[in-house]
Amino acid sequence: MKVTLKILRFNPETDQKPWWGEYEVDMDPDDRVLDAIHKVKWYQDGTLTVRRSCAHGICGSDAMVINGRNGLACRTIIKDIGSRITLEPLRGFRVIKDLVVDMEPFMEKYRSVMPYLINDEDPGPRERLQSPAERAIFDESTKCILCGCCTASCPSFWANPDYLGPAAAVQAHRFIFDSRDRATEERLAAVGGKDGVWRCRTIFNCVEACPREINITKAIGEIKKALLYNDG
Amino acid sequence: MYYQYDVIVVGAGGSGLFAALYAARRGVSVAVISKLYPTRSHTGTAQGGIAAALGNLEEDHPIWHAYDTVKGSDYLADQDAVETLTEEAVDAVVELEHMGLPFNRTETGKINQRRFGGHTRDFGEAPVKRAAFAADRTGHMILQTLYQQCIRHNISFYDEFQVMDVLINKDGVMTGVVAYEIATGELHVFHAKATVFATGGWGRVWEITSNAHTLTGDGPAVAWRRGIPLEDMEFFQFHPTGIYKMGILITEAVRGEGGILINDKGERFMERYAPHAKDLASRDVVSRAIYLEIRAGRGIGGKKYVYLDARHLGAGVIEKRLPDIADFCRTYLGVDPVTEPMPVQPTAHYAMGGIPTNADGEVVIDRDNSVMRGFFAAGENACVSVHGANRLGTNSLVDLVVFGRRSGAAAAKFALANDFAEMPTETWEPTRAMLDDLLAESGEEKAADIRKEMQEIMFANVGVFRTEELISGAVEKVKELRERFNHITIQDRGKRFNTDLLETWELRNLLDIAYVTASSALARKESRGAQAREDYPKRDDVNFLAHTLAYLGRDDSVRLDYKPVVITRFEPKERVY
Repeated sequence: MKVTLKILRFNPETDQKPWWGEYEVDMDPDDRVLDAIHKVKWYQDGTLTVRRSCAHGICGSDAMVINGRNGLACRTIIKDIGSRITLEPLRGFRVIKDLVVDMEPFMEKYRSVMPYLINDEDPGPRERLQSPAERAIFDESTKCILCGCCTASCPSFWANPDYLGPAAAVQAHRFIFDSRDRATEERLAAVGGKDGVWRCRTIFNCVEACPREINITKAIGEIKKALLYNDG
Repeated sequence: MYYQYDVIVVGAGGSGLFAALYAARRGVSVAVISKLYPTRSHTGTAQGGIAAALGNLEEDHPIWHAYDTVKGSDYLADQDAVETLTEEAVDAVVELEHMGLPFNRTETGKINQRRFGGHTRDFGEAPVKRAAFAADRTGHMILQTLYQQCIRHNISFYDEFQVMDVLINKDGVMTGVVAYEIATGELHVFHAKATVFATGGWGRVWEITSNAHTLTGDGPAVAWRRGIPLEDMEFFQFHPTGIYKMGILITEAVRGEGGILINDKGERFMERYAPHAKDLASRDVVSRAIYLEIRAGRGIGGKKYVYLDARHLGAGVIEKRLPDIADFCRTYLGVDPVTEPMPVQPTAHYAMGGIPTNADGEVVIDRDNSVMRGFFAAGENACVSVHGANRLGTNSLVDLVVFGRRSGAAAAKFALANDFAEMPTETWEPTRAMLDDLLAESGEEKAADIRKEMQEIMFANVGVFRTEELISGAVEKVKELRERFNHITIQDRGKRFNTDLLETWELRNLLDIAYVTASSALARKESRGAQAREDYPKRDDVNFLAHTLAYLGRDDSVRLDYKPVVITRFEPKERVY
């Protein structure tokens, strides 16, 4: 099938402002949007720039706006979205070139929630024990691939770029609710400040955007509840 | 820019991150240089599990695991290294748990374990539950956990820096690397006492692969061009169950949980090929069986795939223990594994070969295992060899944690005992000249065409089954493609995030790797593990119980040498599953 790709292009080295490039490619309906991008890059315009690696929705490299919605180009099948495809870089992130954005501020927020298990008790020579039920509480949060689809879809983040954002909140959730972790206080303090989870207005854009189908708003709600009922 | 660190690690997957942590723990300065953000590394796509004789569900011992690994390797693995692997696997998995890895749990709260192909109790008696797992995203959780620990320990990262050259001085000592900063196009020199290569695999040599687009063998290719040999490159694993046409991996855990392969007649054909282990025979055996079924016209509807059937496992097992697989099938195939079988075909998956190392990750450069000072390698780009001619499922994750740790510790020890060696007089200059040449070329060729032709011929001719004629054809074709490579025009001439240039450079690596792989395969006139020669169908221990070493020879040739296999406890015998 013939597919028309309309891609928002911008190379700060050469362009004064962003512009729309239009490309026509012949694709199989079962192909991924990433395959179509590759076809343009490999056979029509080598300057078109995108990040990608695994091509099956696990590495989290190719998050972008696809026909107005955030998603991974390698997880979006052409027949599901039709033959006219519009691609833009993630909103609220600085564009480095074309569909490639600066992820550093996003990763900085990730690092700010202390995204690592903290437990300085001697675990002994074997594994710490954890029941399947305790493990299940934070299961969904462990699926996050840090692609940025959620944070870049969040109106609260668009309004205030200092807002922690849903992705970092999910990462905090993953440790706050891990029975093995001993730093709940510190982590709640890290996410409970003025630019923390209270800026979430439960708009649910993040849930819709998440390619890993994590119920992010619910996770943020659980953090809020922990903040309210945690007397420290 | 010029940087100096005691230890640099190239690559930020499981082995690289573990090496960095182990080096940093010993008080040396460490930097990790990676062409990707660490969380994008391919370790993250590993699904089914990590083998360790924890014995959490049934009796198990590292020596049983060692036997299985040696048998799986078709007796080409070095047995001393295998014993190290399986003994330290237990501690490495426990350490990952201590770091926070969210393993699935048993009812008593221990790490849960499941079956995988080739893993048995009592030296081959019956399948054993050895694979520790976190749903079907075990690799994702390993990568996340190790990166989290690196954040906690303030490891320095140079993300999206592509290492393009190694700096070996006049005394033959490795003194660091040249890296290209992708965002700016600048070249940087990293001067190090110890350099650890952990750059991953090269599945992109083949047409159908489970590997990421970025798995282009950069580390081994760079090293090979500077005179370091590559070991056992003819042994590349084709995983039996890739999604038809796309190659995306469907974990062996589907079969570990009880899934079966069926042909067009609805027959469970593995019963004929491996009466004992059936669908849980080792991967080379299962991939060959699928090929033979397809060749005999028993592919589904006569096409080049068979079915992997998991319907009888029920929705509970599939949704809870194989959720990502269910998701891939629904997304990419429109198939629900709860109600429909999955169309699968063998997919290029894993490099058993690579940069030769000893069990401390030190790179060894000849048949006498002479060490190159200051150079280490770990993970898929290294060949210890613990996988020999065929790797068992879940042993890749064991390899990268065990030898990631060991190489990191050894690199730190080396750095503490030695001063910075003098660098060669030329550092970044040859890389700059190479890049300028690539950018200046205005020939008729496209990188995409050359890549596609290479991938097609390698898949058809140096794939699951091989013959003299097929492999020779591939060698000639790859030579031609290497010549045509010099006439590629790169459209993007800019400095900023120039992936047109990078993909072309990666293609050069793939072509070198394909050349070495095909040349090594041609010279090995026997069938062993992943190398199945139809013209030499038997294993030949008299002539080929040896590791291949492939060097860059004169006039752009491949020069081959061989070194002995280390055999300790397990005498080579016929391999039956």
